[in-house]
Amino acid sequence: MLELTELSLSVCIDSQWVEAVAAVSLSLEPGRVLGLVGESGCGKSMTAQAILRLGEYQGVIKTHGDIALDGQSLFEISDEALRRMRGGRVAMIFQEPMTALNPVFSVGSQLIEVIRLHLQLNKKQARERAIMLLHDVGMQQPEQLIKQYPNALSGGMRQRVLIAMAMAADPDYIIADEPTTALDVSVQKRIIALLLNLQKRRKLGLLLVTHDFGLVAEMCDDVAVMYAGQIVESGPVKAIFDAPAHPYTRALMGCRPEVSEAGELMPVITGQVPPPGRWPEGCHFAPRCSLADAACKRPVLSDAWSQGEHRARCLHVLDAVL
Amino acid sequence: MTVLSVRNVYKSFSSTSLLGSNADKKRAVIDSSFALASGETLAIVGESGSGKSTLARLAMRLLRSDAGEVFWQGEEVSQLSTRVLRSRRHHIQMVFQDPFASLNPRMKIWESVGEGLRVHHRALSHAQRRERVAETLFLCGLDDSGMDRYPHQFSGGQRQRIGIARALIVEPKVLVLDEPVSALDVSVQAQILNLLNQLQKERGLSYLFISHDLSVVRHIADRVAVMFAGRIIETASAEALFRGCRHPYTQALLDARPIIHPNERLNAQPASTVDEGVALSGCPFQLRCAHVEPDCAHYQCLLNQDNVACLHPLATRRPQGYDE
Repeated sequence: MLELTELSLSVCIDSQWVEAVAAVSLSLEPGRVLGLVGESGCGKSMTAQAILRLGEYQGVIKTHGDIALDGQSLFEISDEALRRMRGGRVAMIFQEPMTALNPVFSVGSQLIEVIRLHLQLNKKQARERAIMLLHDVGMQQPEQLIKQYPNALSGGMRQRVLIAMAMAADPDYIIADEPTTALDVSVQKRIIALLLNLQKRRKLGLLLVTHDFGLVAEMCDDVAVMYAGQIVESGPVKAIFDAPAHPYTRALMGCRPEVSEAGELMPVITGQVPPPGRWPEGCHFAPRCSLADAACKRPVLSDAWSQGEHRARCLHVLDAVL
Repeated sequence: MTVLSVRNVYKSFSSTSLLGSNADKKRAVIDSSFALASGETLAIVGESGSGKSTLARLAMRLLRSDAGEVFWQGEEVSQLSTRVLRSRRHHIQMVFQDPFASLNPRMKIWESVGEGLRVHHRALSHAQRRERVAETLFLCGLDDSGMDRYPHQFSGGQRQRIGIARALIVEPKVLVLDEPVSALDVSVQAQILNLLNQLQKERGLSYLFISHDLSVVRHIADRVAVMFAGRIIETASAEALFRGCRHPYTQALLDARPIIHPNERLNAQPASTVDEGVALSGCPFQLRCAHVEPDCAHYQCLLNQDNVACLHPLATRRPQGYDE
C-alpha cells in the first residue's frame, strides 16, 4: 500500500517559503485506480512528484507528514533504496511524450537502460525484454521499432514507449501525470484502454493525475479532488459522479463541454485558483463559492461532510442538495 | 455573404534531410474547398497531421498554396503581392493555440495588443492607441490595469483573452482560431468559449475554428468540415453531424469523445487497435475503417453530392427530407 499522510509541501516564491500542498492524505492499494483531479496550480502534480521525491530537485520541501510504501517511510530510506524504488516499485509516466524521451538515443537503448538498471539481465536478455514490453503496449514490429529514434514516432507511439518504459521493471505502482492530455482524442481512448488493460492484468496501483473528469469517469475506482493545495472531496468514483458533494467538484464537472447544451452559455467558475501564499483563511474555495457564509472563514475539516467513504471539506453540502 | 473561401487548394511540403536535398514530398492539403459565410462558425476537425492547421494557414495566406484559389470578401488573394496583401490583412486575423508561446515575453501587453494598429492605423497617436487597446481588452473581459504588465504575469485564460484582443483590435470580419482552448483547463475553456460566442453575436464575426475535439466544437460551430489525411471527407451542419454522421472516420471521432459518467464505461476494446496509418492509394482511411470493403482500395476520395467522401457511408439517422 502506498500512503500519503497529512503531507505538506512548501515552495520558495520571492524568497519566502509558502505552503503549496496542505496536509494531503491519500492511499493507493495494488489493483486500484485513484484519480487525483484539479485545475492547473492546485498542487496535484507536486503531490504526485513528491511520491518519488522528485520535487526536491525543484526546490519543493516537505514540511509535514509522511509518504510510506508498505509501511516504510520513503523519507527514511537510503539513497540506494530510493533509486531502486524509483522505477522499480513505483514508476512514473509523464505528460509530454514529446519531451520525456531523449532525442539522441534510440528507443531500444533508452528502454534497455531502464531494464538493466533494475533487473539483473545481460544485454541480449534485456533486448528481448524490451521487445516483449513494446509488444505488450501494442506496438507492431517491435524488433524494428527499437532501432528507431523518438522523432520518427507519433505522439501516441511515444506515449506507448513511455508506458513500456514504466513497465520495464514490473513495478507495483504507476503514477501517470496527465498521460493523455497531449494526444488526439481518438488516440486518447486507445491509450486509456491500454493502461487499464495493463493495470488489471498486473494488479497495478495506478495514481492518475488529471484535470479531466472524462478520463476519471473512464478509468478510476476512487477519486480525490484537489483545490488550492487541499483535498476537498474524496470517495468512490460512482458516488462522486452520482452526487458530487463539494461545490467546487460540482462546478468543475459542470464546465465540461460534454455535459452542457450546445447553444447555451456554458457554466463557468468565476475567478481563479488562488496561488500558494494567497490562500484565504478557512475554506480555500469560499471566495468563489455561492454558498459561502461567515462559518466558511474558519478552517473546514476534510470530513466536514461524509457518507461512508465519500467525504467533502464543506459545511454546506446539504444546503446545496436541497 | 461569403467572407472567406478557398477553392481546390493543394499544399505539399518537402522535407530536406541533413545531407542535402533529399526531396521527400508530403501532401498536407489535397483538393480542399470551403466557404465561410458572414456571422457563421465553420469548424475544421481532424487529428494531428490531418492538414487542418495547414488549411487554415493557406486560407490566411500565411502559406502560399501550390494550386487553387483563396478569396477574402470575394477578392482572390493567392497571387497578391506581400505589400498589397498587408493592406487587406485586417479583414482576417488569427488566434493561436498556445497563449504562452504566442505573446512576445518582452513586450508589454498594450504593446502586443496594439501592434496591429501600427500597421493598419498608422495615423493614430500614442494616446489614441492606448485608448483603443484598453477598449479592446475590456471587450475581452480584461480591465486596463494590466496594460503595462508582461505576459508572464497573466494566467493561461487571461493570455488567451489577450490573444483574442490582439486579433480583434484591427476590427476583422473573420477570426481564424487554431485550437484556441485546447491548452486550457476545462473551467477556463468554458469562459473562453462563452466569450467567443458573445463576441460573435455582438460584432457579427465569422469564425474558422480549428479543433480536434468534437465536444468543444458542439458549443461553437454552425457547420463542421472533417479532415483526414489532407482531405475534407465530410461536411454537414453541426446539428446534423451530431445527430448522425455518414463517414466512418467522423463516427470514430464522435466515439472518442469523453464519457460523462462511469456507468457509460465499455468493457469492449475499441474496434480498431491501430493508432494511425493512412493508405497511400484508394480511400485513405481504409486501414482503420471498421466498414472497409474490397472496392475501397480503388476509391477516388472525393466529396459526393451528400458531402461525404465514402463508398459505404453509414446509414443516415437524419429525418427524411431533412434540408442541409
